[in-house]
Amino acid sequence: MLFFLRRLAAAIPVLFAVSVFVFGFVRVLPGDPARLVAGADATEQEVASARQALGLDRPIWEQYVRYVGASLKGDLGVSSRTREPVIDVIAARFWPTLWLTLAAMGWATLAGTFIGVWAGTRRGRWQDQMAMLFAIGGLSFPGFWLGLLLINLFSVHLGWLPTGGFDSWLSLLMPSFTLGVGVAAVLARFSRSAYVDVAAEDYVRTARSKGLRERRVIWRHGVRNALIPVVTLTGLEFGTLLGGAIVVETVFAWPGLGRLLVDSIAFRDYPVIQAEILLLSAEFMLINLVIDMLYGVLNPEIRLRS
Amino acid sequence: MSQPELLAIRDLSVSFPAESGRTTVVRDLSLTVSPGETVALVGESGSGKSVTSLAVTRLLDYGPGRIDTGEILYRDRAGTVRDLVRADAETMRRLRGPEIAMVFQQPMSSLNPVMRIGEQIAEAIVQHRDLGWSEAEAEALQLLERVRIPDARRQLKRYPFEISGGMRQRVMIAIALASRPRLLIADEPTTALDVTVQAQVLRLLRELRDDLGTGLLFITHDMGVVAELADRVAVMRGGDRLEEGSVAQIFAAPVHPYTRSLLAAVPVLGSLADTPLPAPFTIAPEEAVPQDTVVAGAPTLELRELVTRFDVRNAFGMLRAHVHAVEHVSFDIHPGETLALVGESGCGKSTLGRSIVRLETPRSGQIVFEGQDVLGPEAETNRALRRGIQYVFQDPYSALDPRLTVGFSVAEPIRTHALRQGAAVTQRVGELLELVGLPPHFAARYPHELSGGQCQRVGIARALASEPRLIIADEAVAALDVSIRAQIVNLLMSLQRRLGLSCLFISHDMAVVERVSHRVAVMYLGQIVEIGPRQAVLSSPQHAYTRRLLAAVPIPDPARRRRELAIDDSEVPSPLRAPDDIPTVAPLVEVGPGHFVARHPVGGLY
Repeated sequence: MLFFLRRLAAAIPVLFAVSVFVFGFVRVLPGDPARLVAGADATEQEVASARQALGLDRPIWEQYVRYVGASLKGDLGVSSRTREPVIDVIAARFWPTLWLTLAAMGWATLAGTFIGVWAGTRRGRWQDQMAMLFAIGGLSFPGFWLGLLLINLFSVHLGWLPTGGFDSWLSLLMPSFTLGVGVAAVLARFSRSAYVDVAAEDYVRTARSKGLRERRVIWRHGVRNALIPVVTLTGLEFGTLLGGAIVVETVFAWPGLGRLLVDSIAFRDYPVIQAEILLLSAEFMLINLVIDMLYGVLNPEIRLRS
Repeated sequence: MSQPELLAIRDLSVSFPAESGRTTVVRDLSLTVSPGETVALVGESGSGKSVTSLAVTRLLDYGPGRIDTGEILYRDRAGTVRDLVRADAETMRRLRGPEIAMVFQQPMSSLNPVMRIGEQIAEAIVQHRDLGWSEAEAEALQLLERVRIPDARRQLKRYPFEISGGMRQRVMIAIALASRPRLLIADEPTTALDVTVQAQVLRLLRELRDDLGTGLLFITHDMGVVAELADRVAVMRGGDRLEEGSVAQIFAAPVHPYTRSLLAAVPVLGSLADTPLPAPFTIAPEEAVPQDTVVAGAPTLELRELVTRFDVRNAFGMLRAHVHAVEHVSFDIHPGETLALVGESGCGKSTLGRSIVRLETPRSGQIVFEGQDVLGPEAETNRALRRGIQYVFQDPYSALDPRLTVGFSVAEPIRTHALRQGAAVTQRVGELLELVGLPPHFAARYPHELSGGQCQRVGIARALASEPRLIIADEAVAALDVSIRAQIVNLLMSLQRRLGLSCLFISHDMAVVERVSHRVAVMYLGQIVEIGPRQAVLSSPQHAYTRRLLAAVPIPDPARRRRELAIDDSEVPSPLRAPDDIPTVAPLVEVGPGHFVARHPVGGLY
């Protein structure tokens, strides 16, 4: 618990650094939000007043201080595109993305580890080679292309699944599959090699020398230990997933944060971009914190020594 | 064909895949083990002794090795004799545990690190007997008590990393006993352990064999252990069984020349009891000459009140305890002298060695090397100081960079200290390799192309490259085979004669210590408890701990087997203490010429 709080405290300066970076970065993007807000045929004066309304006429450091001050009070500003509070804009998009990433992560982790271990126990045989061939395929297949193929097959030709949007749980199937393929492939390759390493350990030999059934040797002694590095990788892969969501949400017209980010960048919607990237960083850190806790659960040496 | 009482291996051949074709690692081996009998399978690395044990249990199937020919006949509890070479995987699985159990060499890595000890024992019981988990746990508790683990109930709930190596090996034995096997195969079960712990484990195995009538196939390279335990001995080399006989016969009248050389290379504690000077091993045709190398005069190294402690901090970074690794250690080493530092794992002997070369930072005290203060402010930049003291490490393989050639590793100190330039460097590397008994063309090789002994010679050449005055050899021969060990010890001693080197010889092996050292210092819980001339310390030990250490050393002579020994099962206490709990260190008391002993209580036990 102490460990958790300490790590949580350590996240604060990281978030702070991210906010500085994002704040500066959006402002060096070419394009002027004031002009976009005022409209294509606005006069110079209208643009200037729009700029003043957005607070963009002040020095950049002052903008930043105001932004941080307001954020700490829970006010993330107003979207320059829709004029709704940023909090509301993001909240509406938060859940679809959460479901999408959780579903993708869930199946990818289970399938990836399982395939990896399965291949590892059959090392060098044809099953192993097939599994790894698929893993390479899954890694090298671009997500948007796979998404389009799936839509073409299941929605256009077979008519089984909706092409896009988030209307029912059925519509979750294709996007979460597309999103998870890369992660599942990475995890399969990684857990295979982790299992192969563990299978050569002395304690696996000890387990066999006890005359345990092979299933118990593999899962209780082998996989349990192989999972430790796999879990670390899973946390890092979550970052890949958050990035991948941007592409997949665009392909499947998913009403989530990924598509919101794409739209907001197109419109130079600074407040939304900033808030969203901060949220994504916080999410990534939180996930990895949970992963680190899980690491302690899996490995008693870490739990009891810290 | 006659039926075996328990186990009969006949004409067994095992091979491993090699670059082209297969390499046979066990060739036409025959061997029998009867109930209640201990058969020792003796040999050095690569002799095929461990592979034989894996073949019997067919754990070999889970690696690249294959049984090519032969049969392994085994009579089970019900009296059925079957050939294990032809048994299917499920039959073998059912035999492993209740019939044939194994204890492995590395207690550190042979237990599952993420599983509680109780469960690791209980699962073996649940698998083979009609018992539930709670009954199995109860039996696991009894087993732990059987193998004399103190506070067994609490240990059940612990993880392997929380207990010492000796305790782990007892847990391994408890696991092996869990399903009451009729044949126990122990593969170097005491090699990784301290002598006192080794004595405890050997006694335990002997008791179990006598009480349960278990047949014991004991695999080892240690002739001392063989003499203590075995009824019959089979000597192996390069996959061949060279000789077999009763233990008395093998020790008294070995037939094969290899057996004779193996026995000659075994250091026997007490063999130099009558002479004050150390002497190298007698390896024919060389004659061992007494090592009269000590030069009177100013000491090479002076240690005064050296203290090295490590902080143990809690989750908030607050100081919770200190590890008292080195406590107020003082001694001198004279030119041409070897001081042996002996003690068990965790006593702080390695930390002391590392502190002298400043791989650890001492808290306080003084280290003076050839009149210069090693811990002084200018010592940081003084390369000459670093040049003068060199280290030889225990594991010859991991001490060399696997991706650099031997020549590069040896040349590096020469370049760093600018001792030679250009082509002279290469020439010097060649000289150094010859000095340690390797052909100069070895400079182009990589560590993995060398044997353990050759690697250690390279390690010594590297240490000599900077032309040091003092060598710290930290368990430098512990990982080597007996015959190689004797060669390396002799090499170190001949280098001392030729170059007048001083040496701090850190070791746990008392018999080797007797060979090499002029003086001996015994370390316990970070303190020197006894120090003096080698003959005095080993022949008339004054401190209780020194006596305990010496009593535990196995004697490689079956005629002098110690039937009932007063071996105490206590563990060495932890050097971990609360921040304000400073151990007492009183000055040592002189009991003979140059012979000093601690007369104050150390760690509660002594």
